[in-house]
Amino acid sequence: MRTPHPESPPPLRTRRHRVLPGFGLTLGTTLLFLSLIVLLPLSAAFIRTAGLTWDEFWAQVTSPRVLASYRLTFGAALAAAAANAFFGVIVAWVLVRYEFPGRKIVDALVDLPFALPTAVAGIALTALYAPTGWIGRALDPLGVKVAYTPLGIWVALTFIGLPFIVRTVQPVLEELEPELEEAAATLGATRLQTLARVVLPALLPATCTGFTLALARGIGEYGSVVFISGNMPLRTEITPLLIVTKLEQYDYAGATALAVVMLVVSFTLLFGVQVLQRWFFSPERHGR
Amino acid sequence: MSIEVRHAWKRFGTFTALAGVNLSVPSGRLTALLGPSGSGKTTLLRIIAGLESPDATPDPESGKVLFHGEDVSNVPAGRRGVGFVFQHYALFRHLTVFDNIAFGLSVRSRRDRPSAKQIAERVNELLDLIQLAGLGGRYPDQLSGGQRQRVALARALAVQPRVLLLDEPFGALDARVRKDLRRWLRSLHEKLHVTTVFVTHDQEEALELADEVVVMNQAKVEQVGPPQEVYDRPASPFVIEFLGNVNRLERGRVANKSVLYVRPHDIDIRRAFAGEHAVPARVLHVFSAGNTGRVSLTRSDTGDTIEAEVPRQQLRELNLQDGDRVNLVFRHVRLFPVEGFREEDLPSEPSASRDAGSGI
Repeated sequence: MRTPHPESPPPLRTRRHRVLPGFGLTLGTTLLFLSLIVLLPLSAAFIRTAGLTWDEFWAQVTSPRVLASYRLTFGAALAAAAANAFFGVIVAWVLVRYEFPGRKIVDALVDLPFALPTAVAGIALTALYAPTGWIGRALDPLGVKVAYTPLGIWVALTFIGLPFIVRTVQPVLEELEPELEEAAATLGATRLQTLARVVLPALLPATCTGFTLALARGIGEYGSVVFISGNMPLRTEITPLLIVTKLEQYDYAGATALAVVMLVVSFTLLFGVQVLQRWFFSPERHGR
Repeated sequence: MSIEVRHAWKRFGTFTALAGVNLSVPSGRLTALLGPSGSGKTTLLRIIAGLESPDATPDPESGKVLFHGEDVSNVPAGRRGVGFVFQHYALFRHLTVFDNIAFGLSVRSRRDRPSAKQIAERVNELLDLIQLAGLGGRYPDQLSGGQRQRVALARALAVQPRVLLLDEPFGALDARVRKDLRRWLRSLHEKLHVTTVFVTHDQEEALELADEVVVMNQAKVEQVGPPQEVYDRPASPFVIEFLGNVNRLERGRVANKSVLYVRPHDIDIRRAFAGEHAVPARVLHVFSAGNTGRVSLTRSDTGDTIEAEVPRQQLRELNLQDGDRVNLVFRHVRLFPVEGFREEDLPSEPSASRDAGSGI
């Protein structure tokens, strides 16, 4: 037998000639921009907090009311992002894979939570889910209360987070060749196996990215939540609201102390997800 | 395992991909479906695989697919026992080469699934066969095009298919890799003897590789036969024009017109007068590569351009210069009457690297 022409994969690392120079210029701009827009305001929060002693700080950020708000904020954001990861993939699937009348309209609807002032979303959701609202009225006899409960917060955060998943998964799905599914089918895989072993693994990295974005958005969300949550201390009060409350009482140090905690936790969370994703999805893959 | 397709029709909107095509592939042979893009060859292959279903017609026999006489028309692709290799490999990028090849075995129900050890043995066997032993841990992205196509072939072979179907298997590869892989596939076929059907728009590939060639054009089969027969005795002007270089010359008067085809290597160039049937011509350009010299000429009477191929030795003896007047003798021609002659649109470049429509 003849040996096929020896082919080697592309070298792992090459020094590439770039058409557009300017690493120094662009990195400099990036750092300046990030400093002015992101880092400076954030460090102001840290500096403000420095007005507190360590004990005062600790007491501020660990009072029962504050601890309850952390649980609610992060818990509801996680639950909402998880729900979106599931339904968002289905929405993206439908939008990419099927042609149906009104597809363009549905596609545009997905972006609406991005564009709508969050307060408007909050008011609309509250009107719907309040015990007197259309949906609230139907759910009330079943003993399900949505408005003014953690469930309502979850609904608001799900609404806000949906576009993140859909818009990150959609392009990946568009790139996914139908031949992959056909290949799996000719090899004897059932539909469920094709979905579980071929389609979903290909969508997982994008879903993860979307999940992280939705989670980050959920943690920081304020406008839509304050209307539907009812803001009862220890029960339906989110951390961003607590911060605003403290600000209104001119307790700037207290407010920034909470802000610092949120910042650190959020950053750790986002960074952690990113590291995890890198480690999980690209075990020694250089090709891409 | 012989394959038979009976009278298959397939339309996509207003486009007819197959117009009542019959196909019969003998067992254990390597058969090429050859045709320009849009001729329906890929659609036919996908119907054999069960990836596409033929259109329903009043005739109950129409569109039936039989494997070894057994009707598989209603058997889903996964249970037909076919191995399908896609033009763009369709490898699972999130799986290693090993897991890609093992895929077909690992999705079997627990009852039929070989043990992990047996699967590993089979995969390693196939990795040896495709000469990629030791690369089982790589991901498809880390392989070259030719290597990926071989992995796709191994993945299809892992389930021990009754029939191997390849859709433009070398279409996405560059010329050299293509040639090597072609020879390798031929030798693989000698070893395995699985009934194989492959789709191609490259006539050279079909003639060199296949035991039998099915020439398709505009949703119909034009001719079926061994490569030599199809090349030497083309059944229609389309076939003669599609298979290899040919000079197309009009002959006769308006009332009784016919078209004459002559292959470049069937033309003799003479300096001296060569009988009254000889065609006078003028040399435009001479170029020799390897053992043959190519000469472009203009016919003095009609102005048609003619390509001739002569052995280099003879070319040297003739000592042709651009502008020389010569006489041409056609050793072998094929004539087709213009009456009932179907003018076919040939793709300007039959070997364009990517068959855009993929035969749909």
